[in-house]
Amino acid sequence: MIDLIKLLTRKKESSKDVAKERLKLVLIHDRSNVSPQFLEMVKSEIIKVIQNYMDIDEDTLDIQLTKTNSDDGERVVPALVANIPIKGMKNAGRSL
Amino acid sequence: MGEVIVITSGKGGVGKTTTTANLGTGLAVSGKKVVLIDTDIGLRNLDVVMGLENRIVYDIVDVIEGTCRLKQALIKDKRYDGLYLLPAAQTRDKNAINPQQMINLCDELRSEFDYILIDCPAGIEQGFKNAIAGADKALVVTTPEVSAVRDADRIIGLLEAHDIKNPRLIINRIRNDMVKRGDMMSIEDIIDILAISLIGVVPDDENIIISTNKGEPAVTDSKSFAGQAYRNITRRLMGEEVPLLDLNVSEGLLSKMKKLFGFKSA
Ligand SMILES: Nc1ncnc2c1ncn2[C@@H]1O[C@H](COP(=O)(O)OP(=O)(O)OP(=O)(O)O)[C@@H](O)[C@H]1O
Ligand SMILES: [Mg+2]
Repeated sequence: MIDLIKLLTRKKESSKDVAKERLKLVLIHDRSNVSPQFLEMVKSEIIKVIQNYMDIDEDTLDIQLTKTNSDDGERVVPALVANIPIKGMKNAGRSL
Repeated sequence: MGEVIVITSGKGGVGKTTTTANLGTGLAVSGKKVVLIDTDIGLRNLDVVMGLENRIVYDIVDVIEGTCRLKQALIKDKRYDGLYLLPAAQTRDKNAINPQQMINLCDELRSEFDYILIDCPAGIEQGFKNAIAGADKALVVTTPEVSAVRDADRIIGLLEAHDIKNPRLIINRIRNDMVKRGDMMSIEDIIDILAISLIGVVPDDENIIISTNKGEPAVTDSKSFAGQAYRNITRRLMGEEVPLLDLNVSEGLLSKMKKLFGFKSA
C-alpha cells in the first residue's frame, strides 16, 4: 500500500533529470581518477586532523573512493571509505 | 602575434570539424588572417567540409618531415581572403608527429596569422596530445548527451593538466523542442555540471548537412540558424560581447509557418 502511494505520488522524472543525476555521479568518480594526487591530498589532510586526537598507523591507513547503497536503498552513491588503524589515544582525546 | 586555439571534445562526432570550419571561415570573413590545421591524421575531413579536397598537394606530415616548405602546403581558400588550410596526412598515423614538432609549427604560423585554429581528433591519445601541444586556448565542443558531456569533463581536466587555462564550451546540436519537454539537458544543466564558461550554443540544424554536402560552411549562409550561431561565436572569439542566440525565435517562426500552411506542428 505504501509502495502504491509512493508510486502514485512520485512526480514523473524527466529523462534529462535522470541524465543529469547519472552524470553527476559518474563524474565524481571520473574526476577523482583524473588526478592520482587527489586521494593522496585527502589522505594527508585526514591524517593531519586525526593525529590531533589519536595515534594512527599511517603505513596501513587505507582510503578509497567506492560505491555504496543510498539510505533509501534505491540508488548507488559514491562513498569515501577510510580504514584507519588506531594505535592509541592522545591526551587531547582522553581529556574530552 | 597570432593566437593558437584548439577545438577539441574527447568524444567523436560531436562537431569539432564543423566548428573549426565555420569559425575559421567566420574569422576570415571578418577580415582576419586565419589558418586551419587538421590534426586528424589518417582520418582527415576538414578539407571536404571546407570544400578544398581537390587542391591538396602536400600535408602536415610533409611539412614536419621537411618534404616541402610550410608555404607550399598551405592551401589558400580562394573564396575568402586570408583563409588557409593545412591538411592532415591521410595515409600516415598519429605517431608521424610529436608534440614538440607541433609547438614549432604553431610558433612558425603565429607570426603570419591572426588565428591558428586546430581541429583535434577524437580521443585522448597521441593525436590529442599533438593537437593541444602548441595551443594557447581551447574550445571544448559537446552535445547535450551524457556520454559527450562526460568526455568533455575528462578533456577539461586534461587541458588543465597541460596548462591550457580556462577552456570555453560550445554546446552543439541543441534541440529546443526536446529541452522544453524535459528530454534534453539544457544549457544551464550542462554548464552546471562542467563548470566552465560558455562561448556559444549551436542548434541542431539540417543546414549543417546541406552546407557540408556543398563544401561551404554554414556561417556564410545568412538564412541558416546554425550559421547565425557560428557568426555569434566568431564575434565572441574576437572579444565582442554578443547575447546568446534566442533558440525560440526560429522555432516560433517555423511553427507559425507550419500553421499557416496547415501542417501539424511537430
Ligand atoms: N549543429 C549541427 N546540426 C546538425 N548536424 C550537425 C551539427 N554539427 C555537426 N553535425 C553533423 O554531425 C556530424 C559530425 O560532425 P563533425 O565531423 O564536425 O564532428 P567531429 O567532432 O569533427 O567528428 P570526429 O570526432 O569524427 O572528427 C557531421 O555529419 C555533421 O554534419
Ligand atoms: Mg573531425
